[in-house]
Amino acid sequence: MSTQSDNQTAAAGNRSSGWVVFVFFMIGLVASIISGWVAFPKLLYSTKQQPIDFNHQVHLEQMGGQCNACHFFREDGSFSGSPTLEECKSCHMYPMTGNENEQKFIDEYVNQDKEVPWLIYAEQPPCVFFSHAAHVRGADMQCATCHGDIKNSTSLREYQENRLTGYSRDIWGKSMLRLGEPDHGGRRQKMNDCAECHLKETGSKGNCFQCHK
Amino acid sequence: MKIDRRCFLSLVIGGAVGTTLTPVPWKLTDDIAIWSQNWPWTPVPEDGPSKFVKSVCTQCPGGCGITVRTIGDRAIKIEGQPDHPVNNGSLCPRAISATQHLYGPSRIQGPMKRAGERGQGKWEKISWDEAIKTVTEKLAELRTRGKPHTVACISDTDGNGSSYLMDRFLQAYGSPNFIRTPSSADAQELALYLSCGRQGTIGYDFRKADFILSFGCALMDGCDTAGQVMSAFGEQDKKTRLVQIEARLSDTAAKAAQWVPAKPGSETALALGLGHVIVRDGLYNKAFIDNHGFAFEDWQDDAGNTHPGYRSLVQDHSPDKVAKATGLSEKVIESLARSFARAHRPVAVSGLGSAAPDSLDQALAVFALNALAGNFQKPGGVFLIDEPDYLSWTEMKIDKTASAGNQHPRVDGAGSEKFAHTRYLPNRLPEAINSAKGDSPVQALLVAGGNPLYTLADPRAAQKAFEKIPFIVSFSTFIDETAEQADLLLPHPHFLESYQDVPTPRGMAHTVVSLARPVVKPQYDTRHMADVVIQIAKNLGGFIENAFPWKNYEDFLRKSLSDQWKTLEKKGFWSDSRSRDTSLDKIFRTSSQRFEFFPMSKFAAMNGNGNKKAGVEKIELPGNIDKLPLVLVPYTSMRISDGAVANTPFMTKTLDANVVLENDVFVEINPKTASEYGLSQGDKATVKTQAGRAEVRVNLFEGIMPGLVAMPAGLGRTGFSDYIAGKGANVYSLIAPAADPASGLNAAWGARAAIAKA
Ligand code: SF4
Repeated sequence: MSTQSDNQTAAAGNRSSGWVVFVFFMIGLVASIISGWVAFPKLLYSTKQQPIDFNHQVHLEQMGGQCNACHFFREDGSFSGSPTLEECKSCHMYPMTGNENEQKFIDEYVNQDKEVPWLIYAEQPPCVFFSHAAHVRGADMQCATCHGDIKNSTSLREYQENRLTGYSRDIWGKSMLRLGEPDHGGRRQKMNDCAECHLKETGSKGNCFQCHK
Repeated sequence: MKIDRRCFLSLVIGGAVGTTLTPVPWKLTDDIAIWSQNWPWTPVPEDGPSKFVKSVCTQCPGGCGITVRTIGDRAIKIEGQPDHPVNNGSLCPRAISATQHLYGPSRIQGPMKRAGERGQGKWEKISWDEAIKTVTEKLAELRTRGKPHTVACISDTDGNGSSYLMDRFLQAYGSPNFIRTPSSADAQELALYLSCGRQGTIGYDFRKADFILSFGCALMDGCDTAGQVMSAFGEQDKKTRLVQIEARLSDTAAKAAQWVPAKPGSETALALGLGHVIVRDGLYNKAFIDNHGFAFEDWQDDAGNTHPGYRSLVQDHSPDKVAKATGLSEKVIESLARSFARAHRPVAVSGLGSAAPDSLDQALAVFALNALAGNFQKPGGVFLIDEPDYLSWTEMKIDKTASAGNQHPRVDGAGSEKFAHTRYLPNRLPEAINSAKGDSPVQALLVAGGNPLYTLADPRAAQKAFEKIPFIVSFSTFIDETAEQADLLLPHPHFLESYQDVPTPRGMAHTVVSLARPVVKPQYDTRHMADVVIQIAKNLGGFIENAFPWKNYEDFLRKSLSDQWKTLEKKGFWSDSRSRDTSLDKIFRTSSQRFEFFPMSKFAAMNGNGNKKAGVEKIELPGNIDKLPLVLVPYTSMRISDGAVANTPFMTKTLDANVVLENDVFVEINPKTASEYGLSQGDKATVKTQAGRAEVRVNLFEGIMPGLVAMPAGLGRTGFSDYIAGKGANVYSLIAPAADPASGLNAAWGARAAIAKA
């Protein structure tokens, strides 16, 4: 018949020692931190290329330096966004340069009468109402303030798509912690980012229904 | 070293702790939220350039101009057309939410024929060719058998191009049975015809009038006139005094300067009582009556018999008697009469937009007040608007079969010796069919608008009659209560998908014609009913074909409207205020060429009827007063569509929880009456009338006179979709028709009722 203390000793002998437990804890901790910081972003975002490369700088020179030559306001004040095939065709019905991207555009889109499926870096979910007119015309803001210096870019950045939501990484921001501004020089564009800027510029974050109609 | 369960657990705990130190949980939470907002079945607004298309709402006779914002081929938003003469930008919830019907599940998606029993809801898709062939063959067969007059057509209007083509088809084919569904317009039009000799509508210059005396009109409650009246009252610094006579504190009453709660059914007596005071005190417009009035004083007919005039008629309606009939004090009656007579630009209005019909005598008595004031064809007064003449009707020849068919008396009895001046008697149709011996007098029925199995008083009797009709075709856009009982469905496009001319809405003080036009492409395999009828006429051949020299409805409209078409295309409407300039000498086309206080033609008709009295007819509600001690009255609400087409789901959502709660409709009862029956707020109860019963809930309302039970019209649908059907009960199914002896029209303004706690 064993005593109580015998029992305890036997139990301790059967268990792993404290440091082993601690090591396992640390392995779990470090492994998850590494995978959370390194593997997770890689997994979450897929990298895509735009269907054709596009040189904003060259186009801007040709169009008199005006963004609104292609990204214009419609008569009703709504914003046209990316140009449609129809609009591109008004110059590029036939090749104007020897550029391979232009050739690709004509072969694959103009000749086949297909819209170019541009990947939109700043696309917001459909539940968001955003008025370019209020910002560009009303508040006199520059395109670059939010979209970065696209004007002087000579080719299109790669597009990182969130596999879960389908939206561009630009909206959240490059940094997983939402620190700093995105690489492209514009702004992060999640709801809190809008609110933050509105608070600074207008003194109020605004009301829900202003953006969610 | 021993590795055991504890090690494994610490690994997991370490992992969990570590994970919280990474962006994983925080980022994923955010992303999952966004992912869930973008599930593929979540509706997403179209993106692209907007277009604004001017059109007109045809969902009620109101004729409000609309502007539809479209993106691509999608109608996004409907707003009031700001410069439209009818509504000036205002709009009711029915139009605002009309896209829900356009894209909703109640649409009939293509021609279909019945596959099961009637009403079973089993349909088989067919082609348009087969559908049109089926109708053509049936009609050809009836014609060969010498029975073209057994074909009838029901429509909700007789004023626009497509109803004209329907009527024209019947005439060319050989049937007199074009029937318009009932509305509060019926008695008004007849009163106008009898007293002024004109077929058309009565226009009121609401914008300029300074005193509007409304006899229970749903001016701001229902559709019909909502657009005009809201825009008239929306004008700033308006000094118009609106007085609402109504047993219930409706929205119109609430917005009025004065609310006069008179017993329902006593409006005729009140109008004559006001006339009594005005005549007694000599406050009437003598110049107008001397120059343009007839039968104000007693008069003699051609045979030398003397008949009482208006003065003698109102003699009987002294304030003390009227006070008893109406429940108002003599003082109120006296002062009302005086304020009306002393106003500069007063109008007295009845029968606009109300859920319950007026009697002919009420329409005449109220209209006569305008003649006492002599305010015809003047700013702020009454204008007589003729039936539309903008469509240049072309003559047609008909064959012998057709002319023999057209000679037959109408199946509803309208235009017969008894009801010589009444054009349509839809409420008599069920009775005519149900009481016929042998075959039904209607062998084929074309339902080209309206929804009679919902809107007719006592739809159960109508249902019984429909069961006896061997062949029923519905042109409805939606699977409504009537379409459910049809044999063949030939769906007409939604009003945002097709052309439709809209004549001057009732109440408008000048001519306004609007054009509804295709705003989006047809969503389904639908065809304009007028196109279908033109095709059937062509298939039948001969004189019938020749009566339709148009390719289709659009061709017909373009040719008929010629010059005006361009204006309609551009502006969406065309208005003509020439109708306002007509001098008083020319406006009355009665045999006396004057305004007839006692219409001779009414007298002649009643004479034929063996009724020589000049007095007014009281409409008695059927039912035993001991067993049914209360009175059920229907009411209209802007948020409930009481017409052929049901509410949109959005409209039902806007109803307060004391109007509809889940599937129950509330009836309004004065707390005093409720306590007599032991009812408290929210109680479930049963309302019983001679025509039927309904399960309801009780809403205690100080704004309704004791002894009444008020129930909204427009609920209790069985058709349409699951989002719409099954809410509340249909008040019309509780109110059996009561024929107005003077016109034959239904004048049942309510029903005797009982209520008991369920
Ligand atoms: S009042 Fe009638 S016509 Fe006017 S918007 Fe409403 S439903 Fe349409």
